[in-house]
Amino acid sequence: MTLPEGVEHRSIGGETGLATRGDPVYGEPTDGEWRRWDPHRSKLGAMLTKDIDTGLAGDDTVLYLGAASGTTVSHVVDFAGPTYAVEFAARPMRDLLSVAESRDRLFPLLKDVRSPETYAHVVEPVDAIVQDVATRGQARVAVENRQFLHDDGQLVLAIKARSEDVTRDPEAVFQDAIETLEETYEILATERLEPYHDDHLAVVAQPE
Amino acid sequence: MNARNPPEPGWFVGVEPGDVEAVARGIRDGHATESSDWPGRALESGFAEDEEEYYELLHGATIRAARAEVARRESADDRQLAHAIRALDDCTRTSNEIAERVAEWAGTHDEDARVDMEYVREVAEGAGEDPVEQRLSALATRTAELDDEADELRRFVERSAPDVAPNLSALAGPVLAARLISLAGGLEALARMPSGTVQVLGAEDALFAHLRGNAPSPKHGVIFTHEAVRGTTREHRGSAARALAGKLTIAARVDHYSGDYRPELEAELADRIERIRARDGA
Repeated sequence: MTLPEGVEHRSIGGETGLATRGDPVYGEPTDGEWRRWDPHRSKLGAMLTKDIDTGLAGDDTVLYLGAASGTTVSHVVDFAGPTYAVEFAARPMRDLLSVAESRDRLFPLLKDVRSPETYAHVVEPVDAIVQDVATRGQARVAVENRQFLHDDGQLVLAIKARSEDVTRDPEAVFQDAIETLEETYEILATERLEPYHDDHLAVVAQPE
Repeated sequence: MNARNPPEPGWFVGVEPGDVEAVARGIRDGHATESSDWPGRALESGFAEDEEEYYELLHGATIRAARAEVARRESADDRQLAHAIRALDDCTRTSNEIAERVAEWAGTHDEDARVDMEYVREVAEGAGEDPVEQRLSALATRTAELDDEADELRRFVERSAPDVAPNLSALAGPVLAARLISLAGGLEALARMPSGTVQVLGAEDALFAHLRGNAPSPKHGVIFTHEAVRGTTREHRGSAARALAGKLTIAARVDHYSGDYRPELEAELADRIERIRARDGA
């Protein structure tokens, strides 16, 4: 079992799956305090469902890059400690704000993940970086944000092949990304996220 | 406070915790080359009593900063953009027209008179005693100013189009994106158009001539200015224009209905155009 503290497999509404404790956000099924974490809607959810060892312990300080409307982030805050959520697009940020309002350890930042210097004055060094951004140069983003990670911290990354190059073979895209990551990280595990997400690679790494 | 290497200021330095506006501004405008133990430093400096209070202040400040920035970006609206691009076109057209007049007038006593902005600026500089020269130079000055305003408007369009329509701007370039929004009568109107209409936006004269039955169908409207069309050989331009219009339509729909940025659209377009151009070699 490699689930972080605060994440459990539970049967809700007749279906067993991941769940965390917190206010419902996107109409997910709930059972008391517990709410379903849908792996189809969340890459981190898919990683945990596939039993990938993310190294997340529960209670970690987290920097979340590419928070979007906050679906995954809301679950992360349910089990983690202070969570910094970076998202650059205004519209999803609106939804993220309503998630953040009821979660007092979630700090939304409307910033570009490619410019860490625009949020380094706010974000403290963290135990884990969770990254799910749809931009070209995803591995580069992880490298440039390495400064936020404690030396024994954990990078949990989902790489979307289609964001890099739709025409290339995903495996080749992933290979390039891994090479870039290896400049600053030691790769601990990689695994494809099928059947939950097509052409996505999960990467768990630690600073070198 | 201790000072090993004067530390860079965090978001909370120099502001009162109670001044919510200033605190939010610190989040929005601040920067640092390096992360630091901000909670620890905030306690050290007396900004907050304890960690609990620090995170509470941070929570309020980040929400406030993000909300203000979202409101600012979302108020960048398509109507303002449409007005700006029309004003840009008016300024360019008018300044060119008057530049011609300046050149024609100046040509009566200067045999080097040319129709370009550089020459107009020269004429603007030289004001003599002669009443004719004075009028001519004043006219040239106004023309040059109009040209400057066109540059300013272009910069404004380039800045605000990506806020209004991030995907469309990334695909078409901000100026063409603004032009399409203006021709369609707004981003929503553009998002609801079939891509065949987007393809010939700006070619209405040719389109209606065709519909009346006495002209071939236009292959492209303003999207002709896009490299994907212009850089493709004549015989494949129709295909390129159709492919480009298709992607622009998708981009406009994503921008209007969802608003998040999808970089894969650019790659998909590049791939389509590459394949169209490769037909030559086959």
